Amino acid sequence: MERDTHFILGVYEDEDVLLHAVEQVRSSGVKIHEVFSPYPVHGLEHVLGYKRSRLPIAAFLFGLLGTSLALTMQFYMMKFDWPMIIGGKDFAAVPDFIPVTFEMTVLLAAFGMVGVFMISSNLKPWAQPRIFDVRITDDKHVMAIDIANNNAMEVDKIKEILKSSGASEVNNKSFE
Amino acid sequence: MQVTSSVRQPLVTGGKTYHDVTHDVARQVEGKPSVGWLLAFLTAAGVLALGSIALIATLWEGIGMWGLNKTIGWAWDITNFVWWVGIGHAGTLISAVLLLFRQKWRTSINRAAEAMTIFAVICAAMFPVIHMGRPWLGAYWALPLPNTFGSLWVNFNSPLLWDVFAISTYFSVSLVFWYIGLIPDFATIRDRATGLRKVIYGALSFGWDGAAKTWMRYESVSLILAGLATPLVLSVHTIVSFDFATSVIPGWHTTIFPPYFVAGAIFSGFAMVLTLMIITRKVFKLEDYITIGHIELMNIVIIITGSIVGIAYITEFFIAWYSGVEAEQYAFINRATGPYWWAYWSMMTCNVISPQLFWFKKIRTSIVATFLLSLVVNIGMWFERFVIIVTSLHRDYLPSSWAMFYPTWADVGVYLFTFGLFFTLFFLFAKFFPVINMAEVKSVLKSSSEKVAK
Repeated sequence: MERDTHFILGVYEDEDVLLHAVEQVRSSGVKIHEVFSPYPVHGLEHVLGYKRSRLPIAAFLFGLLGTSLALTMQFYMMKFDWPMIIGGKDFAAVPDFIPVTFEMTVLLAAFGMVGVFMISSNLKPWAQPRIFDVRITDDKHVMAIDIANNNAMEVDKIKEILKSSGASEVNNKSFE
Repeated sequence: MQVTSSVRQPLVTGGKTYHDVTHDVARQVEGKPSVGWLLAFLTAAGVLALGSIALIATLWEGIGMWGLNKTIGWAWDITNFVWWVGIGHAGTLISAVLLLFRQKWRTSINRAAEAMTIFAVICAAMFPVIHMGRPWLGAYWALPLPNTFGSLWVNFNSPLLWDVFAISTYFSVSLVFWYIGLIPDFATIRDRATGLRKVIYGALSFGWDGAAKTWMRYESVSLILAGLATPLVLSVHTIVSFDFATSVIPGWHTTIFPPYFVAGAIFSGFAMVLTLMIITRKVFKLEDYITIGHIELMNIVIIITGSIVGIAYITEFFIAWYSGVEAEQYAFINRATGPYWWAYWSMMTCNVISPQLFWFKKIRTSIVATFLLSLVVNIGMWFERFVIIVTSLHRDYLPSSWAMFYPTWADVGVYLFTFGLFFTLFFLFAKFFPVINMAEVKSVLKSSSEKVAK
């Protein structure tokens, strides 16, 4: 069977039931493709075993880039390229450079991090997402299980596990 | 596990389910515009059209159309600029600072407050640009480009240039923060829609799929953006206050300005949020989401910031006397008793005395009283900026240059234009965008709705 096309979906009503269900399903040896929720469920990433997002690191590095760009720009313009005495201050009046440096740090950190987020999560206006169930943006949590990824187990067995973990519905879903 | 407290008031009333939240918010976007909305929108657009006459006249004839003279070179324009920027502080404060403090009540109001922030900053940014006189000849002067493309650069020692960086960073980061929050909600509308609406909201939702991994990254991005936006929001009004504080004009040259301006900004911003939210909850029937509890909490923020502002006024006066500098002493005595005494005492009454009424529980939980006081606060905050700017300038160092400022119709008209712009944008937002952050409200629903918690 082809990967990433045929899925079994477990539909859950409640976030706490979902959290236990994820633990239960994983411990019974079923590999979960992904869980879809209408809102962020705290602790879901832990029970799914996802590694912590590295986006804060990206933000820090972009921030660092902003700081150094801002300082380089100001030193170059004010001290080296066209030095001028303004109010009797030093050409490189460092305290005066701090506000712009701070703003550029924030600007680059924010935009850089959001850019990385967009790319890593494939968020773009022309993206065509695969909707497993339209209710996942309304009031249902959906656990998707890739059949091809769980070859060792019977489909009915997986459905049984989902049912016993508290799923209110168990459906099939195939994409072309 | 969520714990339902028996002491805390629920954040969302009316025993809503998850689907109710989706339905109550999304139906505003999906339904035909109501008569109330149409009337409000047309009024705002009318004010915008009327004000644009003054704006066009100002651009056509030059800023000589305003009532400025050689003594008072800054008046309504900068007053309006600071006033709008101040209003634009509440949105990011609510969504960023309250997120860091884990204040869950922010979830019902952060979306509209952030929208208000963005529109207020647009209105604010118009004034310095118009004040350039002929911005089409080179609004790029403000950018770090070689002057007239020669080799002389912008002056990084000038707080006015810091302001350019601060306001544009604040605007763009707030816009991104707001939009990231909108993406999951656009997806909700996309999944309920058919036809053209599905295409439009599909594009707006950036292909959001609600996967746990995406939510994990989304949460991480929100937290870091909040952490970045918190010092940012404080820096913006600090830098605005530097425009005055780094000069040597009596009444401006004080170190108290940054904290005092930031407190004033939060004060006026919350007042404007209240004004808008009281109307929005009524028109869109969102009383279960924006409850009296929310209004009361915002009123408490108004008491605190209003009191800080009051203490700042008194401190300023005391320090002027204590400094022994005659010019400073005169500037303050002149504010309170000179020809602009009425502006000073309007400011004192509106900003220092009126918010103290919120100590009474009856008043801070009354919608009518809150609405009226929120207007009073914003009138007071406009007078605060007028007092600081005009009374300090109108007594020049040379008594022969002493003058008064009289606004012309163009001054009034351009201010009116920004009002029209602000409300037109806000009403468009309220109709076509989800006014309440559905995803975030759902995430706090379990601790506040019996039907969900059961």
